[in-house]
Amino acid sequence: MAKFRKEGGKKLPAISTASLPDIIFMLLFFFMTTTTMKENTMLVDVKLPEATELTKLEQKSLAKYIYIGSPKRELQKLNGSEARVQLDDAFAKKAGDVGVHIAKKRDAMPEADQASMIVSLKVDKDTKMGIVTDVKQELRKAYARKIYYTANERSNSY
Amino acid sequence: MKKREIQEINASSMADISFLLLIFFLVTTSMATDKGLFRTLPPPIDPKEQKKTEIEVNTRNLMKILVNSNDKLMVNGEVMDVSRLKEKAKEFIANPANNPDLPEKETVNIPFFGSPKITTKHVISLQNDRGTSYQAYIAVQNELVAAYNELRDEISAKQFDGRKYAQLTEEEQDAVKKYYPLKISEAEPKDYGSKAVGGAQ
Repeated sequence: MAKFRKEGGKKLPAISTASLPDIIFMLLFFFMTTTTMKENTMLVDVKLPEATELTKLEQKSLAKYIYIGSPKRELQKLNGSEARVQLDDAFAKKAGDVGVHIAKKRDAMPEADQASMIVSLKVDKDTKMGIVTDVKQELRKAYARKIYYTANERSNSY
Repeated sequence: MKKREIQEINASSMADISFLLLIFFLVTTSMATDKGLFRTLPPPIDPKEQKKTEIEVNTRNLMKILVNSNDKLMVNGEVMDVSRLKEKAKEFIANPANNPDLPEKETVNIPFFGSPKITTKHVISLQNDRGTSYQAYIAVQNELVAAYNELRDEISAKQFDGRKYAQLTEEEQDAVKKYYPLKISEAEPKDYGSKAVGGAQ
């Protein structure tokens, strides 16, 4: 049996760290692909409605977002619990704000894309249609006619 | 005393393990993709010209859906559950039996189909109240889109040997779209519910 025992190499060998960069890269790629950039700080609670016949929003760069829902709990003291419209990082204050906001967003886009701008409406499912209709009317007036009712997939149909 | 030898840890399988982990996470995490119902709003109307532009639509060509503030549905004067809406809409859009109460048919030339008789003038008008909940509204919209999608799938399967609408080429899809054009009109908003509330006060 003694012939299997090596004579030299009694020193403590270092653990190979050659694969460490690969692992780190892997982690990096993983986080890069899965994290989505936060579009906005949410001021309103949005639980999306459910539907079955959904289409994917292909070009995210063309989408501008409008959120409608009741303000978050910690903001309700100041803003009440009535449904509000959120544009970027603030609530819409008066009636014409949505149109102005969308026009501004459109102007900031490259000219070639302006016509194909899509307004993605993220609306809480318990919101009353009144406020949604108002927003839709304003979008019509601002000629932002392509809209997108964002919803979650529901597995079963009726 | 003799120093004990410590074996080097074999790290060549580390890469495989991390790959497995990577693939596992890639498969399980759902990337946040936006899904929804796409719609195009009608162009804005000049309040002065509003009366002039009102278009006469024959009653047989019109399917009027009202959703009230209690999320209840009425279709052409008949109370209906959302679950039945799809069938009703399909029958209305296609009018397979050429029923005189359902939309009139016209002969139209469409590539691939020749000149079929289709209901070109049908309009589905959706009117909701200010008090309707968004979920109910989306449910109705969803059923209507489902009706169109099913009809399109059926006609594609019939015309293009069993292929569904999604599997067709772009030209074929355009032809099918012409066969069953999406005609959902969202009527100008009306405010019944809150008036009734006002009256009660």
